[in-house]
Formats: sequence, C-alpha cells, structure tokens
Amino acid sequence: MTAKEKESRRSKRQNEDITGSEAVIRSLIEEGTEIIFGYPGGAIMPVYDALYDYRNVLRHILTRHEQGAVHAAQGYARATGKTGVCLVTSGPGATNLITGIADAMIDSTPLVCITGQVGSHLLGSDAFQESDVIGISMPVTKWNFQITSPDEIPSTIAKAFYIAATGRPGPVLIDITKDAQFGKLKYKYAKCHKIRSYIPEFPVNKEKLNQAAVLINEAKKPFLVFGQGVLLSGAESELKSFIEKTGIPAAWTLLGLSALDTDHPLNMGMLGMHGNYGPNIKTNECDVLIAVGMRFDDRVTGNLNTYAKQAKIIHIEIDPAEINKIVKTDVALLGDAKRILRLLKLLVKKKKYPSWIREFSQAHDVEVEKIIQSELNPTNAGLSMAEIVNKVAGLTNNTAVVVSDVGQNQMAAARYSKFSTSRSHITSGGLGTMGFGLPAAMGAKLGMKDREVVLFVGDGGMQMTIQELGTIAQENLPVKIVILNNHFLGMVRQWQELFFEKRYSFTEIFSPDFVKVADAYGIPGQMIKSRDVLESALQTMLAAKGPYLLEIMVEKEDNIFPMVPAGASVSDILLCADDVK
Amino acid sequence: MKQEYIISAYSENHIGLLNRITIIFTRRKVNIESITASVSAIEGISKLTIVVNDEKEKVVNITKQIEKQVEVLKAFYHTNEEMIFQEIALYKVPTQALMESDKLEKLIRQHNARILEITPEYTVIEKTGHKEETQDLFNGLVEYGVLQFIRSGRVAITRSPIEKLSEFLRERDALLEKMESRRSLRTSKK
Repeated sequence: MTAKEKESRRSKRQNEDITGSEAVIRSLIEEGTEIIFGYPGGAIMPVYDALYDYRNVLRHILTRHEQGAVHAAQGYARATGKTGVCLVTSGPGATNLITGIADAMIDSTPLVCITGQVGSHLLGSDAFQESDVIGISMPVTKWNFQITSPDEIPSTIAKAFYIAATGRPGPVLIDITKDAQFGKLKYKYAKCHKIRSYIPEFPVNKEKLNQAAVLINEAKKPFLVFGQGVLLSGAESELKSFIEKTGIPAAWTLLGLSALDTDHPLNMGMLGMHGNYGPNIKTNECDVLIAVGMRFDDRVTGNLNTYAKQAKIIHIEIDPAEINKIVKTDVALLGDAKRILRLLKLLVKKKKYPSWIREFSQAHDVEVEKIIQSELNPTNAGLSMAEIVNKVAGLTNNTAVVVSDVGQNQMAAARYSKFSTSRSHITSGGLGTMGFGLPAAMGAKLGMKDREVVLFVGDGGMQMTIQELGTIAQENLPVKIVILNNHFLGMVRQWQELFFEKRYSFTEIFSPDFVKVADAYGIPGQMIKSRDVLESALQTMLAAKGPYLLEIMVEKEDNIFPMVPAGASVSDILLCADDVK
Repeated sequence: MKQEYIISAYSENHIGLLNRITIIFTRRKVNIESITASVSAIEGISKLTIVVNDEKEKVVNITKQIEKQVEVLKAFYHTNEEMIFQEIALYKVPTQALMESDKLEKLIRQHNARILEITPEYTVIEKTGHKEETQDLFNGLVEYGVLQFIRSGRVAITRSPIEKLSEFLRERDALLEKMESRRSLRTSKK
C-alpha cells in the first residue's frame, strides 16, 4: 500500500461511528502499540471482543495472573524504551496490577494500564467486581482517569501515552466503564503533544550550566554517578563522550547498569549497598560529585549525614521534585540528561586524572583480592552465584539481556554480569518486587526477539510468579531461566546471619522439583549441583531453541559482599562477615 | 523549626485531584490544619489553600510534589506574614442569653461580630478574622452555652497587586509555544 492509499484509508476510517471498545483498540494502534499483556474478565469483555477483530494487528499475550501481565509490560518497556500496555478487568483484575504499577512508578517505567469497570450507573454501589481503582491507584500512578463516556476514549488514551512516556516516565491507568465500551462515538484520533499544566522537560538554564562547568573544570577529584535517567533519555553516547573528554571516572546505580560498557576504562562499577568498593569509598573522597539521572536512593547513599559532605554536588535531573529532595545540591541542572550532557560537554575542558583513577583501581584490587577472586573461583564444593553469572556472561559474550529477580540473585547478577549493549539489564530496583523476574523476562524477550534473554531468579522469587511458565509455554518464548537455589530466602537470611544473631526466622523455604514443574508445562530443563557440569549445562540451555529452565543448587549460606549495612556510611563498606561488629 | 505555612495550588478543575493532593500529606504524616477549594481570578482554574504547621524543608518538598501532579499548574508556599488571610466562624447561642442581659450584645460588638439570624430559640453570630480572633469570641461565648460552632478553612491572597498565576500563565503559554515550534521543526526535519 502506498503512503497515499494508507492516508486515505486512515482518513476514511476517521470520523466513523464505532463502539468505545473498538476506539480503545484503534487508539492503541495509533500509538504504535504492538503487544498487549492482559487477562480478560466481565467488565473488559467488550474491549476483548473488539480485539478479536484486530488480533492479527495487535498481539495479545495472555498471562496467568494480572501481576504477570504488568511485570511483563514493564520488562517490555525497559528493554525497548516503548510504553508497555496492560489490559485487565475490573475489581481483582485491576487490584492485581497494583504491585507492578507501584514498581513502575518508583522505577520510572512508562506503562498504560487499561482496566475495565462496571457500568457507570453501578459506580459506588459495591457491584460485582467493582473496586475503586482510581482511588487505589492514585498514589502509585503518574496520572489516572476514569472514562464514563465513549467520546472520551481517543483523547484520554492519547493523553495517557503522552504522560506515560514524556518527562520522567511512569505508569498511567485508565479505567473504562462497561457502558463507555459499549457506547458509540464519532472516532477521530489526534495524538497529544501538550498539556497546559504539565511541562515534561524544562528549558536548560544556561547560567547554571556555566556554574556547573566551572565546578567541573576546577575539580581535582571529580566523580560522576549515573542512573536510569541516562537510559531513559537515550544519553548513552553523550555520557560516554562527556566522560571521555573530561576524563572523569564514572559509576552506575543498579538501574543505570548497561548505560555504559562494563569494560570502559572510566567505568568504575556499581554504587550502593552491594556495589563496588571503589565507587562507594570514593564518593566520600571526591571534590565534585556529578549525579546524572539518579535520585539518591537510600540504597545508594547509605547514611545521608556522612554522604559526600566534602563534595560540591551537581545534579542533572528531569524531575524538579527530586532536586534537593535527599541531597542538597550546589548546582541543579533541570532537564533531559541527553541535552544537558551535550551542552555541558561544550563548556568543559579536556582533562585526565591519572592519579585519581589509580585510586579507584587500587580500591578495585582490594575488592578483587578480598571478594571477587574467591567468589569467581570458590574452593568449596558448593557453587557460588558469582561464578554462574560470570560464566553466563562469558558464554554469551556479554551480549545477553540480563533479567534478575530480587535479593542475592539480583546482586550477583548486577555485580558479575558484563554489558556491551544498552538496555540490557532489567530488574526491580526501587520497589524490590520479588516475583518480578520471570514475567519481566517474558516481556523483555517479546521486545527483543533477536537478543538472548537470561533470567537469574532465586528459589523464593521463582515461586511468587511461577504460573507464568504457562504463558512462556503457550507463546513458546525462548526465555532462559536460571534458578539459583540455595533453599533459603537468601538475602533475608544473610541479614539474619549478620544482624540478627543467625536467628533464621522463616527464611528456609521448600521448593518443588522445578524441573518437573517445567516439564509439566512442556518446558525442557535440568538440575545441576556441581561445578564440572556447569559449563555444559549452560551451553545446553543457551543452545535451546525455545524456553529452558536450569536449576542450579548453590552454596546454601553464601553472602553477598561488599556491603554497606543499612544506615552506615558508604565509606564504611564492609568487605567480609568478620567486619560486621 | 515548625511554623505555619500556607500552600496555594492552582490547578485545572479535575475530579479526584483533591484526593491526589491530600495523599501527598497523608504519606508524609503531615496534618492539614485547614483546606479551602475555590475558583481563582482566572476562569477555569481552581485554587486550593492549605494550611500546615511543619518544618520549611518538608513544606518545600510537599509543594514540589503537589506541583508534580499532572493537573497542577503551579504551587506556592508562604508564611503567614506574606499573605492576607481570613477565616469565618459561625456560632449558635440560645436567644434567651441575649434577652437576659446586655453582656452578650456587648461581647458581639467588642469582637466586631454580627448577628445573622435571631429566632425565639437561637441566635446565629458570624465573625471573620484570624483563628485566634474567632477562638477568642468562642471562649467568650462559652458561658452562654454555644449550641453549635464552625470555622471555615483559611482563604488567603498574596500582598502582590496581581494573582501570581497570571504572570506564570503568560510564561507558561510562551513555553508551550516554544515546545510546539520545536516539535514541528523536528517533525518537518524527519
């Protein structure tokens, strides 16, 4: 079809009388939606009926639980940068989304969640499957809106996509009453480009830009810390050229992972509670701290009273409410990280800091000697999570999309994976949602068909959303599932060991035979216990055409180190259990 | 140091926005001393006036979180000194007390209050002023038996000649126009 024909078909189809339900589907298509993650039910049936006619245009993934749908949409959004879309029914369908919406809110993930609602005449009457989803979702959505008339559908969906994806992205929820789905409207779609009360990105303040440049140019020990803002604004190459010109060492937060090559000489590693030794201690030694697209989460800062007090702080941030929220900044650069880094680069001098960089590498050597070396080459029989993650990185040549769940598996995945491509690390950061991993990996795979997607998940988290194996089987999604089984809720056990006198209160967990469970779904897999078969088992998994589940029994009481204990200073990072007072 | 602040938020008139805004206070366990929703001088724009008693840092943070809501155009915070404000209070007392002596009438005069309605059973008195003033009158009325009492939320305006928002809206329109032209430039380049 030529562009002209397409246009004439499109205009013919505009201004038609169609149902609200069809308008929902057409509006989603107008916004470029390719995949919907969802689960049907009474109050959303009209939309599902309309979807039936468009099933060849718009792919629908039937998850096994609405929580699976929303985490899959998150995984899809995080891997592709597009807005994830969920479609569920009223009441329990909608409330089951809430965990994922809260997760997307705190991790700035663009989502449009559409929930069915009972007929408008029944609102507030405790009707079957009625719940106040607008009220419930209000604190965890960037915006939400209830549609009670079919005419509101196209403009509300347009607004939803605009709000979800622009500025600091986030989840948006649209609740549509059943009568609005059944009703007719004159359909006309126009994308939303502005809202008077909402400015996604403020213009860059030139004066502040100059102030920041002066601080950077005069710095003796500058340090750049970056978060997901770099990925969200697509500023990967701007970040790289900025640090290369200025010679400033950089470190990433958990959500900033993969925005820069792991092996880049100026990449000093990860910040935070289980981050690398150098970046943590050097935070309290630098003289200028440049924070890019990160929000000073408490897992990154540790004790705020001792956090980077010696440094001048420059904060590059798109959300005005984040400025001075946690850490008082000397120069706040409000706006999009990509644009600001590009402008700032023009004002900074070309420099090198060899002795300052050497301090980082010395700290790294300490970490290698005290932790990394033994984690990667353990002498005891039990497998370490680190050696498994490291082996996967090697076998995939650092090209896989690494998805992790929450806990020790997550920290091992973050610490020992290596990245050479952006948007290759997907995990639940701010909310720390166990059960995020498996559905998020499905979503990531659907968004990145050509990439290997490897999930690292614990035995606990796996059982929180294990039902999604059904979705993976039905859609034959080649997700590679690595269960790191230590028979414990490992991270909580680690804290119990270190801070609660080894009182292992309800952290020992029974698991089913995961391989048999996978087999019941028709997903191949195997369980291994020893090091000598690790490589071949991983090779078998990676060679599988479809999904594959590899359960690996790991050391039962292994700990993740280094560690900044909750409330401690980043410079008081502990290298081993003996350091715990 | 905790002190009284007046937060004013200008917004589009949107169902549920009040809820979105009060959640911001609830989440931080900050009590709302009073809240008033009203129209502003600019058509279609609502104004919320919220009084809190807290530390400046927290008030600044809350004001930013309010402004972050999609439908909120702008939020300001002020100390009491920076604004002219009033509250209104209504008091219902037994009419018998008014008949028995002139003390009650004198009290009403002293406080610059006025009588709205007198019936054989009760009399309704109205007083506007700051909280301390309306409270003073309440305390004076107690001995006559206050049958009902209510005080409104605070209404406040700034000491500047025009509503701060009109200036802000002009800047906002210019910004939106700039965004629009930049966008069309981008799409035409493609």
